[in-house]
Amino acid sequence: MANPLIRVNNLSKRYRIGAVQRGYKTFREAIVEGITAPVRNFGRLRRLTRFKNGEEPDTIWALKDVSFEVNEGEVLGIIGKNGAGKSTLLKILARITEPTSGSVEIYGRVSSLLEVGTGFHPELTGRENIFLNGAILGMSKKEIERKFDEIVAFSEIEKFIDTPVKRYSSGMYVRLAFAVAAHLEPEILLVDEVLAVGDAAFQKKCLGKMEEVAHGGRTVLFVSHNMAAVQTLCSRSVLLENGCLVAEGPSHAVVQQYRGSDGGNRSAYVWEDPKTAPGNELVRLAAVSILNSCGRTVSSIGTDEDFFIEVKYVVLRDGVRPGATAVLFNQEGTCIFSSLSNRDKDWHDKPHPIGLYRSTCLVPMSLLSDGEYRLTVLLWEGSYNLVCRSDETVRFHIRDAGEVRAGYYGGWQGVIRPALRWSTERVSSP
Amino acid sequence: MSGGGLATNTGGGEIKPYLVIKPKKGWQLIDFRELKEYRDLFYFLVARDVKIRYKQTVLGGLWAVIQPLFMMIVFTLFFGRLAGIPSDGVPYPIFNYTAMVIWTYFAGSVTFSSNSLVQENTLISKVYFPRLMVPLAPVIALLLDFAIALVLLAGMMIVFRVYPGPEALLVPILLLLLVLTASGTGMFLAALNAKYRDIRYTLTFLLQFWMFASPVVYPASILPEKYHLLYAINPMAGIIEGFRSALLGTTAFPFLMVLISGAVGIIIFVGGALYFKQTERNFADII
Repeated sequence: MANPLIRVNNLSKRYRIGAVQRGYKTFREAIVEGITAPVRNFGRLRRLTRFKNGEEPDTIWALKDVSFEVNEGEVLGIIGKNGAGKSTLLKILARITEPTSGSVEIYGRVSSLLEVGTGFHPELTGRENIFLNGAILGMSKKEIERKFDEIVAFSEIEKFIDTPVKRYSSGMYVRLAFAVAAHLEPEILLVDEVLAVGDAAFQKKCLGKMEEVAHGGRTVLFVSHNMAAVQTLCSRSVLLENGCLVAEGPSHAVVQQYRGSDGGNRSAYVWEDPKTAPGNELVRLAAVSILNSCGRTVSSIGTDEDFFIEVKYVVLRDGVRPGATAVLFNQEGTCIFSSLSNRDKDWHDKPHPIGLYRSTCLVPMSLLSDGEYRLTVLLWEGSYNLVCRSDETVRFHIRDAGEVRAGYYGGWQGVIRPALRWSTERVSSP
Repeated sequence: MSGGGLATNTGGGEIKPYLVIKPKKGWQLIDFRELKEYRDLFYFLVARDVKIRYKQTVLGGLWAVIQPLFMMIVFTLFFGRLAGIPSDGVPYPIFNYTAMVIWTYFAGSVTFSSNSLVQENTLISKVYFPRLMVPLAPVIALLLDFAIALVLLAGMMIVFRVYPGPEALLVPILLLLLVLTASGTGMFLAALNAKYRDIRYTLTFLLQFWMFASPVVYPASILPEKYHLLYAINPMAGIIEGFRSALLGTTAFPFLMVLISGAVGIIIFVGGALYFKQTERNFADII
């Protein structure tokens, strides 16, 4: 039987949020408010960390009754939306803040990496900061001395090791900071999104190091928004939502559920009543869906999967020559592409007899980057006379399957992420 | 048992947690074992404070002397010459400088210490280590300034031909009491400052007031004898008088005053540490 190294029992944490300040009504009120402010401020500050037993209106539960166990050698992912309680959980485990109730039993030495370069002082040299930062992260002087050369080599800043870090570029600074952190050897490591820093090459190195740590039998708790990294690094994950643990299990399943719970994806829309559906007396929309390659309606598609946009419409009069346009927007509202059914040779510009029609458009894999998408659909007729436009009819999610990444898990720019062909050849030898 | 060598196996086969995290109730004691575990960090924190103190200054460590020296010159002019305040039989400059060195150290320690937690808020909200080290580090780091300022005092002793007697052997004890009082005050105010930022603004005049309530510009001997022991409730009174007696031979060593002041200093230290431990659990949330 595996040994739990961390046992979290009904952990809860309550915070007080600032109560809404009342605006002043009159000059006299403002004066009175001003005079009594110190008394009120004192009460407010005092109450900051004191709670009554019952519910209070201006408090929130950042964590509520969270229980789980982490086994020895396990790499556990902690995922959830912003404000779900991930960082609070990590802060409690790292002993930075105290739970309001519940307990955690930890069977081993814990190091936390909530930020790289904690305690770096700009006036101190790289060398001095390695020692200071190492000590802050819980290493002894001897330990740091032993690993010093390795740390410097990893950071790739040998030349500047005796320069004050305030003269470093931000990239060098982060490299040095991560180098120290990467050489921690605790039994349990808590990591929070530290990979979101540094240039691309260094991020890759960091992730490589994380992988090494993860496979080295160390127990790691990893908070991240990078689902691709979570799925690669963590065998098991927990999903937090509004401070509650809502799912626990194999990472891919939990990530799937997290995606599913994401903002009500509506990947199919059917107009129940044909009379009120968008359109006119010639043609009307009937349904719009996102289908996977098996023809099933899906709200989440991997970047390594083809998918279909399906538009169903009803032709109400014989001889109409209708067509559809699909316009895809990403979360930022950037239009990714528009595509028209005029590319269909069989039916385009041909008279349609009355009936229900279905036009599908294949969106190939390895084209879109991961994220949320919204689809707008247009119907037109004859020589592209607009019949109707249905904005943001369906939403879906593209999840990062990592196939384009080819092992690189850092940040990725670009509104699309096509798998383009690359070739390299040696042009000359020195 | 497949403890993996990680958990501490306590003989009977039952594995005790290395650490239990739960809400703490009531007063907390200082965990000396933990402090010892982190002693390297404390060393680096002190070293950092020392190194950065006079970075990018022209005069560097000389500042440690200039501050008390100039204050002494001003006080000598106004209190020594103009007001004619007595100085227990030694020249007023050396009489005042001795106190000024002690006071500069004390005021500096308390100021740095009080602001330390707020200043280190990123550290406190991002990583765990014994928080006590934060206000204690500047108190220790400033001892270097104190030592530098003492060098000038030694020079002044030679110039003014004022030499310490055998009571000088008590200086280490006085120094310990001084450090305890400064740390105690620092810890208390730092913890308070974490929640009530008013402390930062109060500090300036609190220290000013405290200085004039201590025998810095005047000797305790200008007070009637019967009030001396009451006066010694101000820990800095006994400490400064003790230092001056031990180093300059101004008066007979004021054992009773030092005893009372020392006791108050120790109470401040213990009280400050307890208050700090009591409030530290919330630092990350309120800072």
